[in-house]
Amino acid sequence: MKKYLIKRVLLAIGIIFALSCVTFVILNVIPGDPVALMLGDNADAATVKAVRANLGMDKPLPQQYLSWVLNLLTGDLGISFFQKKPVLTLLTTAFQYTVRLATISYLVAVVLGIGIGIFAAVNRGKIADHALMALAITGISAPSFWVAILLQIYVGLQFKVFPVSGLAGPISYILPCIALGTRYAAGIARITRTSMLEILNQDFIRTAEAKGLSPLRTVFIHALRNAMLPILTVIGTNIGELLTGSMLTETVFNIPGIGKLLIDSITKRDLPIVQGCVIYIAVVCVTIYLVVDILYAVIDPHIRLEGN
Amino acid sequence: MKFKRAQIGAVTFEGGYHNYYQESWRLLKKNRIAMFSLFVILALFIFACFALWIAPYDPNKQVLANRLMPPGPKHWFGCDEFGRDILSRCIYGCRVSLSVGLFSQFIACLIGYFMGVAAGYFGKKTDAVVSFLIQMFSSIPFLLLAMALMFALGSGLINLYISLGLLSWAGTARLIRGNVLQLREREYIQACRVDGGSDMRIILRHLLPNCIPTLIITVTLGIPEAILAEASLSFLGLGVQSPTASWGSMIAGSEAFIRTSAFYSLFPGLCIIVTVMAFNMLGDGLRDALDPKLRR
Repeated sequence: MKKYLIKRVLLAIGIIFALSCVTFVILNVIPGDPVALMLGDNADAATVKAVRANLGMDKPLPQQYLSWVLNLLTGDLGISFFQKKPVLTLLTTAFQYTVRLATISYLVAVVLGIGIGIFAAVNRGKIADHALMALAITGISAPSFWVAILLQIYVGLQFKVFPVSGLAGPISYILPCIALGTRYAAGIARITRTSMLEILNQDFIRTAEAKGLSPLRTVFIHALRNAMLPILTVIGTNIGELLTGSMLTETVFNIPGIGKLLIDSITKRDLPIVQGCVIYIAVVCVTIYLVVDILYAVIDPHIRLEGN
Repeated sequence: MKFKRAQIGAVTFEGGYHNYYQESWRLLKKNRIAMFSLFVILALFIFACFALWIAPYDPNKQVLANRLMPPGPKHWFGCDEFGRDILSRCIYGCRVSLSVGLFSQFIACLIGYFMGVAAGYFGKKTDAVVSFLIQMFSSIPFLLLAMALMFALGSGLINLYISLGLLSWAGTARLIRGNVLQLREREYIQACRVDGGSDMRIILRHLLPNCIPTLIITVTLGIPEAILAEASLSFLGLGVQSPTASWGSMIAGSEAFIRTSAFYSLFPGLCIIVTVMAFNMLGDGLRDALDPKLRR
């Protein structure tokens, strides 16, 4: 276990380092000059040059990368071009909203998804099963930002209790959470159904039924526990995607989360924030996957032995 | 008797000898949902190819008198904020979505295959490097890097093909690597090597045909992902250039008018759902038909 742990942590560090390289390369081949854009059309060449020198953008790229990474290690992500604030402060402030939105949505999605999946599996082949699975595949295929707009139109604007834009108390999280959660609930419902069906066909379930256990106990205690591993895998692998999904939802509902920050900065070509956002989210995702992987290794001994 | 390579998974049934793909096709034909999806996809391709003749109006022609006109007999889906016909724009939007899906997945499939083969066939250091890359690309949401890449490259269709293709090969590579790890120990691969067959010959003539089913499934299931990614990017203004009609950018345009013109956002979204769903269901059907393990 210790060996696996060390190996996995080293891999995560390597991935973060490689991603910082990729991000830097992607974002520093931009054809447009962010400095010229920031200063506007009236700025003369000398000012542009001075600002570039001030930001360290006149140095060769490897040197720029090195200083960026070194600053990154101390938690310094630079200063925003436009907002003139430290990028890390902006990111951590915005991230709270994203985390709140993502967590609530995901919790609801997991509970709802597993519930629907079990219900469909138990009622296999009946109308309810077909209807729910049709709904689930629609949910997977619908873009979250579109679901968000539909919710604004048909719920937000009809019932004045749900605000369609901005944040005003806990109630304003309801619509964004539905918009973001639908897709994941649908995905989890599908995998839960498949996994449960496999288990429900096995002998030990028939034994449990035969010895007179109540159906609820059979399904939830005997079957669900054994069906859980594939479900957990899907739940774990979706977390990263949840963050990008949250970005789109934030944009629609005007929530000041990390997604809105990133999109706004992209529109303004505020390079330090864009770069900071990408690497910040990358670090968060890699860390989440690291934790998820370690949890798997705790649950399932096969995984930690495979690495050796 | 003449044997083809594709006959590896051959099965006999009801008085006839059928090869693997004929058998898969027979199974697929029995799957009504998959066949219906295939029909929808073909229809969408026809829309995309013949948009010029099928679309009732020029998708970019602005008639300001028709601004935000609700659906009616002349404009079935209504008109947008510039008085452009939404139905025509939806039909032209097919082109963007389908081409992004196809071309990006073609690129992803090429990279994924060669990366996967390199890892599985050569092993050792190559495997370590490729596996690291696979891990790296799958531990970060690909839309995030796609956003960064589109920000850097600028909007445009070609850039969409490239960035979505470059970023979505990891899943394919992982599956191909797994396939090749199993295949490379088979006798016919050993035999080819003993016979003096080069690595390239083994990779292209012997491993590739056996990886085709996996590739078909990953491409079919990758296309809806790419279409959704394109819609998201276009929605954020990082996808196609205006005034090109794309379902995502149409939804973005409709956002300002949700209070007055609810119909505007409805239709492009429905187009996305129908297309993505058709590919997802065809992909599921293909997986059932092509995976010998699931055959009974």
